[in-house]
Amino acid sequence: MLPTSDATKGKRIIPGTPVFDGEQARSGYALNAMCYAFNSAELREAFVKDEEAVMERFNLTEQQRDAVRKRDILAMLEAGGNVYYLAKLAGILGLNVQDLGALQTGMELEDFKAALLAHGLTETRNFLSEKAA
Amino acid sequence: MSKIAGGIFTSHVPGIGGAIAKGLQQDPYWKPFFDGFEPVHQWLAAEKPDVAVVFYNDHGLNFFLDKMPTFAIGAAAEYRHEDEGWGIAFQRPFEGHQDLSWHIIEEVVASEFDPVTCQSMLVDHAVAVPFELCWPGKEAFPLKLIPIAVNTVQHPLPSPKRCYNLGQAVGRAIESWGGDEKVVVFGTGGLSHQLEGGRAGHINVDYDKFCLRNLAPDPEALLQHDTLDIVELAGSQGVEILNWIAARGALRGSVRELASNYHIPISNTAAATVLLENSDKVHA
Repeated sequence: MLPTSDATKGKRIIPGTPVFDGEQARSGYALNAMCYAFNSAELREAFVKDEEAVMERFNLTEQQRDAVRKRDILAMLEAGGNVYYLAKLAGILGLNVQDLGALQTGMELEDFKAALLAHGLTETRNFLSEKAA
Repeated sequence: MSKIAGGIFTSHVPGIGGAIAKGLQQDPYWKPFFDGFEPVHQWLAAEKPDVAVVFYNDHGLNFFLDKMPTFAIGAAAEYRHEDEGWGIAFQRPFEGHQDLSWHIIEEVVASEFDPVTCQSMLVDHAVAVPFELCWPGKEAFPLKLIPIAVNTVQHPLPSPKRCYNLGQAVGRAIESWGGDEKVVVFGTGGLSHQLEGGRAGHINVDYDKFCLRNLAPDPEALLQHDTLDIVELAGSQGVEILNWIAARGALRGSVRELASNYHIPISNTAAATVLLENSDKVHA
């Protein structure tokens, strides 16, 4: 997932967890700039109509275009994508964060959701009544 | 003298905004989270704060990677939420408090912090969702907003200690303000969650409970981990706890927990809501 060179550069490796640092921000700039622009409904429509034209307009790298064409989230991350911006692209593609989770972990969507629900935990404390008394 | 009455700490998952828009508060999936706001509503009704100082992180509505401030303080007359890419825009504007904003800016710079100052600023779901949760409905929000954005997006992030110290400086600034406003401080985001990578879906109940246990009595316990420790423990978005740490720093009096609610899952997140009271220390 992370480039193997990260270890040799002395960067800390957290398994399965891309750390969006300056290197990622730099290599991912065009992809993230396109996604940031998806705050505009107009640009979202333009992407749906002709995604190649929008990728061209934002000057995405070939690696980034390929990742977007394949709807390959892990490849988008590897090409410098940041999930806060990619989430806007995911919205256009009709994918929510559970869909993204399933796609990235290779799990079935229902299994990914079930794993979250398996925590099934609610813990509540309320001392406000003490205060009133 | 202004008084900081307390702090509200809450998750800000965008899906909560969607649930509010669809009126799903009583839906079995959402109810355990929304119910956590009952004591917050009671407390707000009793305290009636005049100003909310909100520590949060922008997710790509106001700030992009072209200019990414480590800390940014709003000094606008009004703030608005806008479409963040999925078509939801909360309509109610947020009235600013420019005089107090500039006082905070003066004071934190005097404390050797170097924030970006913003006279025009959109606020994203990390401000809008907590406001919608605290003051549901359509009436104008009953208080003014001062947003303080912390970079939790692009590493290197500010250290937990730096965030805590910023919060303390903001707390001192509010305490030294000549007005008689009552202030509530917000820290938004968290708790553990991770959206991207092979570890997407990561949740760490032990770390979350450690934070919830120590937030009121011993916030400095949260400073023992550096930002990458927190990423490893809480997930790459769980690092939004930095906003909580900053907000807790602003509560410099005698602090105790009035209510808390921890619920998993909301979307991919271990969601939490905490209400802390900040009262004057008793001096001899």
